[in-house]
Amino acid sequence: MSIYADLILDHYQYPRNNKKLEHPTRIIDVSNPLCGDKLHFEIVEKDGKVQEIGFTGEGCAISIASASMLSEHALGKSTEILRTLTKEDVLGLLGIELTPNRLKCALLAKEALLKLISH
Amino acid sequence: MRSFHNIRSDFPIYDSHPDLVYLDSGATSLKPRTVIEKLLEYYSSYSANIHRGVYAIAEKASEEFEHTRSDVAQFIACTDSAEVVFTKGATESLNLIASTWGEAQVNAGDEIVTTIMEHHANFVPWQQLAIRKRAKLKVISINDHFELEIVKKQDRRDDREDVQIDLGDWITPKTKVFAITYVSNVLGTINPIRQIIQNAKRFNPSLIIVVDASQAVGHMNIDVNNLGCDFLVFSGHKMLGPTGVGVLWGKRELLEQMPPYQFGGDMIREVHISRSTWNEIPHKFEAGTPPIAEVIALKEAIHFIQSFDVNALREHEQNLTMRALKQISDEWGDDVTFFTSRHIVSQSGIVSFTLKGIHPHDVAQILDETHVCVRAGHHCAMPLHENLSIPASVRASFHLYNDEEDVKKLVEGINNVFHTFSRKGYIL
Repeated sequence: MSIYADLILDHYQYPRNNKKLEHPTRIIDVSNPLCGDKLHFEIVEKDGKVQEIGFTGEGCAISIASASMLSEHALGKSTEILRTLTKEDVLGLLGIELTPNRLKCALLAKEALLKLISH
Repeated sequence: MRSFHNIRSDFPIYDSHPDLVYLDSGATSLKPRTVIEKLLEYYSSYSANIHRGVYAIAEKASEEFEHTRSDVAQFIACTDSAEVVFTKGATESLNLIASTWGEAQVNAGDEIVTTIMEHHANFVPWQQLAIRKRAKLKVISINDHFELEIVKKQDRRDDREDVQIDLGDWITPKTKVFAITYVSNVLGTINPIRQIIQNAKRFNPSLIIVVDASQAVGHMNIDVNNLGCDFLVFSGHKMLGPTGVGVLWGKRELLEQMPPYQFGGDMIREVHISRSTWNEIPHKFEAGTPPIAEVIALKEAIHFIQSFDVNALREHEQNLTMRALKQISDEWGDDVTFFTSRHIVSQSGIVSFTLKGIHPHDVAQILDETHVCVRAGHHCAMPLHENLSIPASVRASFHLYNDEEDVKKLVEGINNVFHTFSRKGYIL
């Protein structure tokens, strides 16, 4: 079965929260030099919650869709809960199964998010 | 001489995967049955260690092993088979040269010349040697035709004899080594190596030239004397042979001067408490038990390649390459960008490209849905991709077992990629 489900392609073509924030409290850059994927994430964290989130970057459909979906998932959530985010959670959001080689594309955004909310 | 008709019956992987469209021979080639059976023969009939035992099966193993050495020598037109050193691959061969010859000969202020189109294996060992020794690393770039910028005039006829090379800006009396690939693993460009070497030695006759022939061997004739290089390396697995074995060819006087790379069994002559002496070449560089089965089976790959006329082989791969280039660009025009020389004389069997608005990994993944195997990424050539200002590319590479049906499947596959990404009007 194709991993290029409509939902993935929709998030790839129209990524949600694809923006820079005016006053981010934390920013982070992550990359996967092997495929050239690069993501820049920004958040405003207040009262232990992700109040605002935005990302920019370039990459394959899986990495961009994953960043878009995770940004939606994280918005408004407490950082304490988000810290327990797992690989399975990300795959659940994407709704597809991935081979080990493509898994790293899907997990780049998770790496960025976890780094942003770690203290 | 054999024809390419029915050639797939010699490759057992097509029995297990009849639909396989294997276009990643630049990464590793498929293996003919004779190679696979030879591996099995060693393990089931004479699996003894070499150069040690005096019993019959040990003698047989040693004989088969050394037979490959003479076949390799003959394959690259070298008359002294002691100049053929077995390594675990081209990467180890290159590291061996950099860390033995390079370590002893390159000093602060010296210069090392290489090119932007090198595989990391022929770039990073020299870069690191330059850093260690405080030598200068000079990197030759490419022009718009995906040729090295030192190639000043490209004859458009099917003849490279009058190509003009100018290394005047690059090679100086301080240049100790020039490391260059025969064929680019991304661009497919065949460098006019013989002319480049002639020109380089004009500016510095004592310069040492290292040729990475990994993408050339098995696709074209290699003649080390005609080329005029000092070292030439390649891997077995890209030329229909087993993984884990490679070749380092070097001129006898250089190999004799060089210190050993690793210490252990087989490379030693005498060991005393406070000193040791080394075995003769090539054994001086073959410490420990080598990949015996793989070396033995490598000669079957050579025999397989030699059962074809080398010119017919070149022509076969050129036809597939040109067919792919034409069909892809006829169909999608500017939506495809090629990073491949379109000049038949300087093109091996590699087509690298990107599709507008679609990441190379997505392209490769969708091609896999129809069993088309291509490579996506930077193909271990990051400096080149930086130079081309792209993070990654898609690479289809051909070998003697590919045919026109494979090109057709590639073209249909690319159609499917565009269709997948455009079905909701996302692109185009």
